[in-house]
Amino acid sequence: MSSVDPSLSIANPDPKDTDVIQKAGLALAGLGVLVLFLSWGNAGIPATIGLPVAILGILIGTTIYSARLYLKQPEGIKNNGVMFKSLTSRGVLGWITGIVLTGFYVILYWFPEYIGFKASGNEGFVALFDPLSMFFKGQPASQWFLYGTLYTLCITSLGIKFLFKYRHNRYQFIRTLVVIASQLFLAYLIPEILEGLNYNGEIINGQGAYYDADIKNTWPLDYDFFYDWHLDAMQQKVYQPVGILYLIIGIAMFLVVTPVITYYAGKRWYCSWVCGCGGLAETAGDPFRHLSSKKLGAWKLERWLIHSVMVFVFVMTAATIYGYFWNTGEVFGLNVYKNFQQPYGFLIGATFSGVIGVGFYPMLGNRVWCRFGCPMAGYMGIIQRFKSRFRITTNGGQCISCGNCSTYCEQGIDVRAYAQKGQNIVRASCVGCGICSAVCPRGVLKLENGPEEHRYDLPPIIIGNESIKVAE
Amino acid sequence: MQHIVIIGNGISGITTARHVRKLSDAKITVISAETDHFFSRTALMYIYMGHMKYEHTKPYEDWFWKKNRIELKRAYVQSVDTNAKSLTFSDGEKMAYDKLVIATGSKSNKFGWPGQDLKGVQGLYSYQDLETMEEFTKGISRAVIVGGGLIGIEIAEMLLSRNIPVTFLVREKSFWNNVLPKDESEMINRHIREHHIDLRLNHELKEIVSDENGRVKSILTGTGEEIPCQFVGLTAGVSPNIDFLKNSGIETKRGVLVDPFLKTNVDDVYALGDCAEFITANGERRPIEQVWYTGRMMGEALARTLCGKPTKYEPGHWFNSAKFLDIEYQTYGWVWPQPKANENDFYWEHENGKICLRLRWDKSTGKLLGVNNFGFRLRHHAFDNWFKQERTVEYVLEHLKDANFDPELFKTYEQAIVDQFNAENKTNIQLKKKSWKRILELVSN
Repeated sequence: MSSVDPSLSIANPDPKDTDVIQKAGLALAGLGVLVLFLSWGNAGIPATIGLPVAILGILIGTTIYSARLYLKQPEGIKNNGVMFKSLTSRGVLGWITGIVLTGFYVILYWFPEYIGFKASGNEGFVALFDPLSMFFKGQPASQWFLYGTLYTLCITSLGIKFLFKYRHNRYQFIRTLVVIASQLFLAYLIPEILEGLNYNGEIINGQGAYYDADIKNTWPLDYDFFYDWHLDAMQQKVYQPVGILYLIIGIAMFLVVTPVITYYAGKRWYCSWVCGCGGLAETAGDPFRHLSSKKLGAWKLERWLIHSVMVFVFVMTAATIYGYFWNTGEVFGLNVYKNFQQPYGFLIGATFSGVIGVGFYPMLGNRVWCRFGCPMAGYMGIIQRFKSRFRITTNGGQCISCGNCSTYCEQGIDVRAYAQKGQNIVRASCVGCGICSAVCPRGVLKLENGPEEHRYDLPPIIIGNESIKVAE
Repeated sequence: MQHIVIIGNGISGITTARHVRKLSDAKITVISAETDHFFSRTALMYIYMGHMKYEHTKPYEDWFWKKNRIELKRAYVQSVDTNAKSLTFSDGEKMAYDKLVIATGSKSNKFGWPGQDLKGVQGLYSYQDLETMEEFTKGISRAVIVGGGLIGIEIAEMLLSRNIPVTFLVREKSFWNNVLPKDESEMINRHIREHHIDLRLNHELKEIVSDENGRVKSILTGTGEEIPCQFVGLTAGVSPNIDFLKNSGIETKRGVLVDPFLKTNVDDVYALGDCAEFITANGERRPIEQVWYTGRMMGEALARTLCGKPTKYEPGHWFNSAKFLDIEYQTYGWVWPQPKANENDFYWEHENGKICLRLRWDKSTGKLLGVNNFGFRLRHHAFDNWFKQERTVEYVLEHLKDANFDPELFKTYEQAIVDQFNAENKTNIQLKKKSWKRILELVSN
């Protein structure tokens, strides 16, 4: 039998009784999205009305819909029909979503004028966000303000949906609260407020002096941390003491904080609790987590790719720092910008992490970037694999090899391969989302931090079997 | 090089094949009429529910078999000639073997109900059952399930996932009460009804009624009530799938009779898993063990015997697990529906009615004999070792935090359990803090 019986997809898996309240929620969220598209098309909706309708409509509408959807049902795993739904099984809706997302990222990165970001003054989509940008910092929106706002809206509204979906699971519930809070406060509100207080984003000597004020966005994920303009911005007199604080914390984050916490808790503290990319993957990307490839070949590719990107960012950053301190802008006669920064920014920063990383959610799953590309994940992965207390413990012989854990592993780890042998899972790529443990029907998997001793043990035979007594 | 032929590619046959390959260079052939590759039978329900596709249920990628020189043959074995050491397939082809392993699993029980062979009436065991279930549940307005056991509640959950109303006929006065004590059984009754399943306890099936096309249109219960339905799940247990062994000279009763080495009465012929019946049962275990875990353990043991290291199947302490809709269940040791004369009993239930713990221990020695836990998870290694070390119920309760296997940040129930135990038994057990040192000792044993 080469594949699943195609007739399996014909039955209607959707809840047949979507009630009036749910429909109202959907309509409200739909209205919000419609306003976004209409403004993109320059429909002339006043931004002061359109923006609140869009943001509140999406937020409240999603909340109403998901509260109603999940609270009507008993608590538990809600994966019915995932493999049948067009959106989540690479069907027509999946492809349309993938193409729209990919197209949006291409426009955002390289053709922002098509969403209305113009030197002559904002129009359309970007202009819709002007009132909010004016409120925060007294200047019109940029395409990045639009992006940051929508990104935060996605994590918040779909994070709330996730909270209802996993209300029975306290690990998931608390983790997702932290994900939402990290994005809303650390990545969005605090940086915008700092700009509003003139601690960032000022025009100095005719140049915009801007640094990344998302405190947790750590180098090497934040690859331009050591770029000259970034280092210079943090040292601007008018930004002190905040600028220097960000510089010190930024360096401490990758040098001290990351290895120490990763030793004690695994890379999950970052990847599935506070990271922005991870936050989007865990909330908006949740319906796509099963689309990651579990093939051995994908694992091999992953190890080559993620570590290549990591080496790339190390070399690029070394060149950058050399160029900065020796003030040449060159390394061995090579222009740092042209030969290192620009290729990294284009290939990795924009194409890989953005266009492919998010645009391809409905095709390749929600963690393509985190699994195959992110240098921060690569760095923490090495710590997690070789020097960490984190592991997923397997519960003796209780595994029935059903495959739910592997299927729903967004990082494409074949969890079952370990669990059915009674072996703990110690893998560089595990982001500790905890979904394998949640979907396991037999209580086999437990994410935990414990002594390094016996972390990797491979039992000779499954427990409960006394047939083999003497160690051979 | 000897040729080991294994009939059946389920967990028993495949575990045998894999371990034979680890231990020897023998030629291995695995025969199946069901599917090309090994898949997890326990996951069939999830395919229907759309949690997984068939591909996801295969624990090994398709290249695994060739790489490990395990030959797969898709064929149906018609008969076995143990004198000539040869199998005959349904198409007449023959295959010689040096050693034969029978791992053909089960088939669903049918107890002679009128209409049991109608279209839309079936059990759920094989991949083909899944296909027919898919076909016969399309667009239907009601299904009836007969038999209150593990497969029955799985089929109910499957049908619910497609919004098909379910009537669940259970002959006993409470769900699975030949295995579960009253409180646990009633907890599951409540949970079944919470999911809007029409649970009919004390109800028997009398007859399945056909429409003009030979398809089920309704059923009649023992009280004569007619329930219109277009699908009937028959889940009154399974029995060994061994009809093809008639006249082979291999002794059978309900299953293929085997000794502790899983050897049949015929030299070089072995049987294991669901289809094997022990001449002498292992302790309190049933002579036929139809459980994933036991099939896997038998496979580990049999592979050694086949490779020249005669090894008895010696299962340790009983364990099992299941999931009833949203409520997980684990059990370690023996918990009978009623405590035996020498057993004491303790039951704690959370106020939400979905989490509970039962302990059984010996009255005179205090030794723990068994535990049932619903709605939370316990560590297999802890209980396995505590049984081996003959720990008392007091010791186990004192160290209960070591055995907690719920995800981090979950609420814990140990204190409530110990408080109730102390109150009921006039004891003064003090709960100890979780100790990694003790846990590692349990795990590394």
